[in-house]
This record gives sequence, C-alpha cells and structure tokens, in this order.
Amino acid sequence: MFDFSVVTTWIDEGLRGIMPASGAIAIECVLIGVLLLAVYAVFALVLILAERKVCAAFQCRLGPNRVGPWGSIQTVADMVKIITKEIISIRHVDSFLHNLAPFLVIIASLLAFSCIPFAKGLQILDFNVGILFMVAASSIGIVGILLAGWSSNNKFSLIGAMRSGAQMISYELSIGLSIMTIVVLSGTMQISELVESQNDLWFIFKGHIPACIAFVVYLIAGTAETNRGPFDLPEAESELTAGYHTEYSGMHFGFYYVAEFVNMFIVAAIATTVFLGGWMPLHIPGLDAFNQAMDYIPSLVWFLAKSVVMVFVIMWFKWTFPRLRIDQLIRLEWKYLLPLNLVNLIVMVLIVALGWHF
Amino acid sequence: MNSLVKYFSDFFSALKSLLTGMKTTLKVFFRKKTTELYPEKRGSLYVAEQFRGRLEMVHTEDNHHHCVACGICQMNCPNGTIQVESQTVTNAEGKSEKVLVAYRYDLGKCLFCELCVRTCPHHAIRFTNRFENAVFTREKLALVLNRPGSSLQPKPAKPAPADTNTNPAKPE
Ligand code: SF4
Ligand code: SF4
Repeated sequence: MFDFSVVTTWIDEGLRGIMPASGAIAIECVLIGVLLLAVYAVFALVLILAERKVCAAFQCRLGPNRVGPWGSIQTVADMVKIITKEIISIRHVDSFLHNLAPFLVIIASLLAFSCIPFAKGLQILDFNVGILFMVAASSIGIVGILLAGWSSNNKFSLIGAMRSGAQMISYELSIGLSIMTIVVLSGTMQISELVESQNDLWFIFKGHIPACIAFVVYLIAGTAETNRGPFDLPEAESELTAGYHTEYSGMHFGFYYVAEFVNMFIVAAIATTVFLGGWMPLHIPGLDAFNQAMDYIPSLVWFLAKSVVMVFVIMWFKWTFPRLRIDQLIRLEWKYLLPLNLVNLIVMVLIVALGWHF
Repeated sequence: MNSLVKYFSDFFSALKSLLTGMKTTLKVFFRKKTTELYPEKRGSLYVAEQFRGRLEMVHTEDNHHHCVACGICQMNCPNGTIQVESQTVTNAEGKSEKVLVAYRYDLGKCLFCELCVRTCPHHAIRFTNRFENAVFTREKLALVLNRPGSSLQPKPAKPAPADTNTNPAKPE
C-alpha cells in the first residue's frame, strides 16, 4: 500500500539539501499551512454542495442544478458572492470580541482538522495524546460561539449562545467517554497507532457490543456537537432568527457557516478513525487473499469513502428528526447517554481485562 | 421499580421510533424527484390540471362560444379584470338580445381567484394550466378572449360543462 510519508520525506530531504534545517522547516510550515487552508476550503465547498443535494433528495427535489453540470460549482459561486459582501459594522457591539469570535471558531475547527489521518502517512499533527488533543481543540469553538452571542448585543444571539454552551459542554462528555471506550480497547491515544492497531480488524468489530454502543453514542453526541439538526437549537431559525450568528454578515458569517460544515466532516472523520479503521482497508483475519485484494484500493479512498458514509448518516439525521427542546436535549444527555456511556465503559474495561474481544 | 421499567421501555421505544423515521426518509431519498426542469424539458412538463395559468373562453370547433354577455363574471371580479363589451341587436324572431362584442381580460390585473369561472352560469370561461405568461410590455397582457368571428352557440345545443378544465399544458 502506498505510504504518503515517502513523498513528505522526499520533499524534506530535498529542502534540507539546499538550505539549513531551520529554513527547510520554515518553508515546510508555510507549505503545510497553505495546503491545510486550501484543503479545508475545498472540503467546505464540497460539503455544502453535498448537504444541499442530499437535503433536496430527502425532500424529493433536485437541488442546485444551474451553475455548472448538476450544479457542481454552485458553492464556488456562493463563495465568491460571500467574499465580496460587505461586513456590516453594528453599533453598540463589543467590536473587538465581535470580530474575534469567528476566528476562534475557525481556528478550533482547523486545529481539529489538521489531526485527521487522511491516508497512510498523510497526517499533519500526530503525537502521543493525539485524539485527546483533537477533542480538546475542537471544543475551543464553543468559546467563539459564546463570545459571538455575548458581544452581539442581541438577545437572540445570547440565547443561542447560552443554549449552545449548555449543549456542547454536556455532549462533550459523551464524546470523550465514547472515545475513551475505544482508547481502553486499543491502549493508545496516538491517532496513527489507533489506525495501525485496526490492521487485523476494525475496532467496531473487535470490541463488538460495547464498541457498537459507543459508536452510536458517539454519532449522536457528535451531531449535537456540530450544532446540526436535530440538535440545532442554538441557531433554531424559527425561534432565534439565526442564533449566535444573527448579527454577523459577509465573510464573518461565512466563517461560521464553513466551520459548521467542516466540523461535521471532522466528526465523521473521527468516527471513521476511531471506530471504522480510518484509512485501514477492511481486513478479516484468516482471509489473506481477500485482505490483499482490499489493499489494492488506495488508503485515501478508503478513508474518504468511510467518511462520506458517516457524513451521509449525519445529514440523514438532520433531515429526518424534528428539533429537540432544550430540556429534552439536556435530559437525553444526562439521563440517557451519560449513564449508558459509563456502564459501557465499565463493560469495555471488563472485556479487555478478561480478553473477551477479538 | 416501576419507574425503572418505564425508563428502559421509554429508551427502547424511542430508539425504535427513531429508526422508523429514518427508514421512511431513506425511502423518500430514493423516490423519483418531482422537480420539473423547465427550459430543458419544456415539451414534457407536468403541470397540475387545476393550476390556474390564465383565463380562456371555451370555443367549439365551429367557432361558437357560450357567453351570453350577461356580465355576471365582470360583476363578481374583485379586481376589475374583466370588461364585457356587448351590443343589443334584434334577432330573427324580432326580439332584442345582447350579443358579445369583445370579452376583455387584463391578465396583469387578474388575481387568479377563479370567481369568474365559478359564477358564470353558462360555463363559458375556464382556466387553463398554461403558465408561460411573461411578456415584455403590459399592453400584451390585455387580452380579448372571444376569437375573431366567433358567435354564440345556437340554442338547441346545450353547453357542455363536462369537458371543461381538461387542457394539458401545451407550450406556445
Ligand atoms: S380570476 Fe378573479 S381576478 Fe381573475 S378575472 Fe376571474 S374573477 Fe377576476
Ligand atoms: S362569461 Fe359567463 S358570466 Fe361572463 S358574461 Fe359571459 S356568460 Fe356571463
């Protein structure tokens, strides 16, 4: 299977050959930064288009179909539009915080995005507590959302932000615990090792019942974490106009929009990495010919295919379920998901201790 | 104890209903889409029969209409869209009788409320589902609905209300 670290070491050695190590590292940092931003933007565009198409299909419509073949460059046109739009400055807002908030959200999302292992050897941040860092970094975004609500001088924004705070802090627990279940099984927090140790079998099969429960809980909590329907009450259009980003315009609004969609992908990517083997092809112990055939499919394709399926499931949630009320939302987390998760974690510990996993 | 049972039964029944919902939406996801591609598939559009595109006057094959120029539609029109121009003539039997000269209908003013069609005692007018009403000047929206040279359907033939409103969309 092709290892992308071949490419990166080749570039690294080439640069070190013609300049001192510090220069090479500086250039690499800039290159990686630019690449990361570009990939981030492309993902956002593709995801927004996908969301619109999937939403249309769930409503028996065709969705965007005018700009480009099957509407494929619709979101590019939208991007150009939103970039050229004026950023309206609003009176009586705390303008420093107001302008800072969208950047916090997008930085949190970018940090988490850079931890994703896209393919074998194609990962930017990888260290021994990688998955913990990823969960921690992605929750910086809540600060941005709270700031947005607080600084907007608008009660809708503030209500939306408070709801978002309550929701995210609650569901963060479930995400952490369900990932912890798998960390217990794998014995590592490093993302690359997490993927490597799924070489023989994906964790969702290896950990059977508790892993499946953790997977479902993770999906629910992950959907809540991204503020998407049915948990979209921080922005609840019908009640709060647009919730915490009501007062934002132009590209500042665009940042929230883009971050929301890429966060959805990040949630799907973590689900893929932690439960479905990341870029690891489907390997079944004992079937060597089958395993080898699977290895011919590039790891990038495996990763993207699994993530796309997960993204579809999250979209499917959104277009199926009605929005929860805030008390129902909090009750779901604290009375159902959290106890379930804790019991599940103990079961997983027992299974690992007794060696009952595959 | 009871509440514990309720806790778990609630949990599983909720799970079941969520899955039912997801099954339903997945079915809809793969259903045939209802969007009509307008300029591309212009010849094969499906427009609902009862769609009120524009008013038209029913004409028989030998260029007769059923309008007796009573003006009921004009009186019932809430927006003054219809002007029934008539003329009093003496017919063969020596009786004086109103005859339709021009049935003026201003599409630009019409509310598409269909009150005119419902109140016409002779089913002389109906709505078609032709929807391509856009033109460049307002004058083009002022239509005369009775065809040139048309006349009232002679008495014995009763007006046929049954075949009204069955006009498929036909592009112009
Ligand atoms: S549809 Fe309504 S507004 Fe239009 S002509 Fe008939 S009565 Fe008048
Ligand atoms: S269209 Fe009907 S209601 Fe109107 S003038 Fe003619 S007969 Fe009377």
